[in-house]
Amino acid sequence: MLGLNKKDASLLVVVAILVVCAPILLNPFPENSSLAQFNAGYPDLMQRFVIFGIFAIGFNILFGLTGYLSFGHAAFLGAGSYAGMWMMKLLSINVIPAIIFSTVIAGVISLAIGWISLRRSGIYFSILTLAFAQMAFALAASVLTPITGGETGLQTNLNDPRILPEFLGGGSAVDGNIPKPSLFGIEMTASFEIPVAGWLWTFNWGYYICGIMMLIAFYVAIRIFRSPFGLMLKAVKSNQQRMNYTGLNTRPYMLACFVISGMYAGLAGGLMAAMDPQVGAERMQWTASGEVVLMTILGGVGTLIGPVLGAGLIKYFENIFSKINKATLEVWFGVFPDWMSDFFVTIVYPFIGKGWHLTLGLLFMGIVIFLPGGLVEGGQRIRKLFNRKSSDASAKANPAE
Amino acid sequence: MGILEVKDVGKRFGGLQALGDVNLDVAENTVHAIIGPNGAGKSTLLNCLVGKLIPDTGSVMFDGQSVLGRTPYQINQMGISRVFQTPEIFGELSVLENMMIPIFAKRDGAFRLQGIDNMMGEKDIVEAAEKMLVDMNMADKREMHAAAMSRGDKRRLEIGMCLAQEPRLLLLDEPTAGMARADTNNTIDLLKQIKEERDITIAIIEHDMHVVFSLAERITVLAQGTPLVEDTPDNIKGHPKVREAYLGEAA
Repeated sequence: MLGLNKKDASLLVVVAILVVCAPILLNPFPENSSLAQFNAGYPDLMQRFVIFGIFAIGFNILFGLTGYLSFGHAAFLGAGSYAGMWMMKLLSINVIPAIIFSTVIAGVISLAIGWISLRRSGIYFSILTLAFAQMAFALAASVLTPITGGETGLQTNLNDPRILPEFLGGGSAVDGNIPKPSLFGIEMTASFEIPVAGWLWTFNWGYYICGIMMLIAFYVAIRIFRSPFGLMLKAVKSNQQRMNYTGLNTRPYMLACFVISGMYAGLAGGLMAAMDPQVGAERMQWTASGEVVLMTILGGVGTLIGPVLGAGLIKYFENIFSKINKATLEVWFGVFPDWMSDFFVTIVYPFIGKGWHLTLGLLFMGIVIFLPGGLVEGGQRIRKLFNRKSSDASAKANPAE
Repeated sequence: MGILEVKDVGKRFGGLQALGDVNLDVAENTVHAIIGPNGAGKSTLLNCLVGKLIPDTGSVMFDGQSVLGRTPYQINQMGISRVFQTPEIFGELSVLENMMIPIFAKRDGAFRLQGIDNMMGEKDIVEAAEKMLVDMNMADKREMHAAAMSRGDKRRLEIGMCLAQEPRLLLLDEPTAGMARADTNNTIDLLKQIKEERDITIAIIEHDMHVVFSLAERITVLAQGTPLVEDTPDNIKGHPKVREAYLGEAA
């Protein structure tokens, strides 16, 4: 199907089903239950899941295939966001030009940065990309204030020109409100809610547009992983010396890979701007670059689905885990005697709420030490465990497996 | 006139004259060995031929074209393949993938962007790689991780990868260094077989005299960066200058 082998095609189908059903799957707890705060199926967070999924998929094309660790990918994310914002200010509030332009601009910038950074490999490459990203951050935060809005950031305004005709999303709003990003009139924030028994499912247009973009991005990534180009990138990771002495020029392969990866980041940035039309320079900060590295490693470097899982996990922690507060804990431990409950609350409290970074850090350490292949390796081990139990006899017949 | 002509090549590292006025003429379709004691400049010479080093003086011509100033991948595309002292293969990839890469390089040149082209559409490449694996007698290992193989198999794979490019000149840098006797003999047999089956020129740098005298048709003896003699194996064996270079003045 679509030029994929059976295994990849079924993976794509599974991911597609998960993306489509996410508003239901991520809301497992009824609205009024005490566990409702663990529901992740609200539009804002689901959008973030898939957008950071795109970001991490793109990062993994570079890091997973070639082993080049970029610490500057947030620069492309931020550049994409600014580019998308300008399209929505100047051209039209329609998200399509914004998304296209953000991808192109990120591609151009990553071409320039990659051209220079790829002269070095290993830690020197990482440092160069970090330096460029910090320069981009400084430019966005102060020097380029006319373009980026500096510290206050960039928003859509009532008096933005939006020169395209009205049916393409141009023009200012008639009713005096700032128009919201839309797709041919359908606003990104528009959603319809379906209450079923105690549950409330929210199907949001913006989320589904991001979801479709992620599925396309995921499909393209699978094709890249399985293409001769992907093979060459894996060869770069494995042995550059042999590449050179086999008549292959590694530079353009690396540069093409870097630009593709940058364009993924730009697409993610453009979608972020389209979902929430305001950008600040902090989107380019090095912590944002580090976050995508964490996502990729947590999920599984060099695997297809890993980065998406990693992105989901980190965003879930950031948005859900961080909302658990002392009162919630007291309810949970309320079944114990008072002194015991106080004791547990004191122990657990530093790891929740604002301390969610601490828990994430422990989780990260655990995964890196015990599951170097990330969540994907964890899944494979579990599956192996089940397979061994169910087919002990056949395993004995094929000791090689 | 040979396929590879080295004229007056000199290379200096700081105060050390690694190579001084080396002249070498490798005739087409022969096996030419370059021998010499440690520090004679064998590896420096080889690195000058493949573009890893640029000699200070002299010229290196391959098939009438200068190789100087070209990068390793450009020189490889001219038709020179190199086998390293320790096998350089793509350890993380499967044996079949290892074999496919040089065939892609042969067909597509130094760079071709085929971003989402399908590997399943590359039947010719897969077939050619599989055929080469059969030739190298390692078809049973096609799905194996290359890094998991024995030293001898890695060497065999590396030679196969070089041959898959159909080079005109194959350079071997101590191909049997660190190998057990049995592996060494296998490698000798493999090289003999390659020579019989293909139109190929082989230049080999080697320490092991057993290997040299089993394979070479011409031998150049290098000592202290300059060629002492160049002759047939039979004449080299008893040559007084060679004995002197290897065993010292007293002998």
